[in-house]
Amino acid sequence: MRRLTATERHPVRFTLNGKPAEGTAHPRMLLSDFLRGVQGATGTHVGCEHGVCGACTVRIDGAMARSCLTFAVQIEGAEIDTVEALAPAPARLSVLQDAFRKHHALQCGFCTPGILMSLDTLLATESQADAERIRDVLSGHLCRCTGYQPIVAAALDAAQTLREETDNA
Amino acid sequence: MKPAAFDYVRCETLDEACEVIAQTGDDARILAGGQSLVAMMNMRLATPAVLVDVMPAPDARKVAAENGTLKIFAAVRQASLLDDPDLTWRNPLLARMLPWVGHPQTRARGTICGSVAHADPSAEIPLALAALDGKVILRRGRKRRSVKATDFFLGMMLTDKADDEMIEAVTFADVQQGTGTGFAEFGRRKGDFAIVACAALVSPMRVRFAVGGVNDTPFVRDWDNLSPQDDAEALNALAWSLDARGDLHATARYRRDLVRHLGAQALKEARSCAV
Ligand SMILES: Cc1cc2nc3c(=O)[nH]c(=O)nc-3n(C[C@@H](O)[C@H](O)[C@H](O)COP(=O)(O)OP(=O)(O)OC[C@H]3O[C@@H](n4cnc5c(N)ncnc54)[C@H](O)[C@@H]3O)c2cc1C
Ligand code: FES
Ligand code: FES
Repeated sequence: MRRLTATERHPVRFTLNGKPAEGTAHPRMLLSDFLRGVQGATGTHVGCEHGVCGACTVRIDGAMARSCLTFAVQIEGAEIDTVEALAPAPARLSVLQDAFRKHHALQCGFCTPGILMSLDTLLATESQADAERIRDVLSGHLCRCTGYQPIVAAALDAAQTLREETDNA
Repeated sequence: MKPAAFDYVRCETLDEACEVIAQTGDDARILAGGQSLVAMMNMRLATPAVLVDVMPAPDARKVAAENGTLKIFAAVRQASLLDDPDLTWRNPLLARMLPWVGHPQTRARGTICGSVAHADPSAEIPLALAALDGKVILRRGRKRRSVKATDFFLGMMLTDKADDEMIEAVTFADVQQGTGTGFAEFGRRKGDFAIVACAALVSPMRVRFAVGGVNDTPFVRDWDNLSPQDDAEALNALAWSLDARGDLHATARYRRDLVRHLGAQALKEARSCAV
């Protein structure tokens, strides 16, 4: 058992986008604020801070999760992936990101980092995901600009491209 | 909106978690998936002085099939139970209802026991627990007591659990071979809490029907030998007997109507797979 006191900052060691990372946090610091404020990884957006909008979605140990409903001290030893991890190289987009551009799946882009993290996780684990499954995952996100249709189209297109890539590999 | 300050206790065993809760009482809260608690803390609706994180405890991650029940311990996440390939045959009703609990992103963190402890009147897991002769195993230090689900839920977000107790596990009775199960729910948006949810279990001797979202706690009714042509009348009488009230989301009349319609759907589905 370890007790981390409210008034002090405590070290948090974890893996961020495949690289070892560390920082300090009071117990009450949310993972979303820790990523943005302490780690400087501002790709993750913060909207509602009560789990509803999905803008803050990241990957914790391989699963999509709300960073606004997790405390930084809880991720000691965990693997965190954020939207910064998606692009394979500077100035190159991932298959999913490229499909978002092609299909105009974003306008203001506020919701996009969270949606990308959910869909990237889905396509990595379920290569056969169909429109219904994609909509099921999208239900955990709010987008006020696109009307969702282009997002579904982009995800289906990306799924197809990824399947072709593995078939031809 | 940020939470107020608290001490965070990371537990390696269930014993440790019980000990801290028993000692600290109403100043402490168990932190499970955080999908309800952290939202409430962010809005300052909850300001616990101590959070007791039970998720790192390996002995709290158990799922055990014993004595015709499925026993689910405190740190079992909704998504991991849903991924269990045995769940569909052991407990088809639970397998049918779990995908309705929030979104993939919240099920990946939220726990079964956390939803039971939270006791939202519209939540699917408490409804399943009441419909499936569930029990809640409460622990105060080393003392355990087992409470029937129907006695555990006392009101809106109000349960029989004392402040110095924690839920160690909950048990769901297995669905017997030949018993048909059905479920229907209506909410405004996919993944929202239900406005009304209905579950049904049909066996040769008995029809069991459970309703969530209308009364403050899950409501369960058993009928002996209810034949399909009497379903509509039985559901209508049941709808009137409930304590339906109007609120921001729906009027009382609309809720009763949902009970009639969703109830018929759930019963039809259960009858179609009963033998
Ligand atoms: C966007 C969104 C949509 C949702 N939609 C739904 C929905 O449709 N249906 C639904 O049912 N739920 C829904 N939820 C809530 C659900 O996701 C939560 O998982 C659940 O209510 C609480 O489980 P938890 O493990 O996250 O518990 P926590 O949030 O960690 O805890 C909740 C409460 O239970 C207490 N507690 C937890 N575990 C124990 C224990 N073992 N012993 C004693 N006390 C304990 C905590 O102290 C706290 O008071 C939704 C949540 C969000 C954010
Ligand atoms: S900011 Fe986390 S869900 Fe909205
Ligand atoms: S692109 Fe603006 S909210 Fe989704």
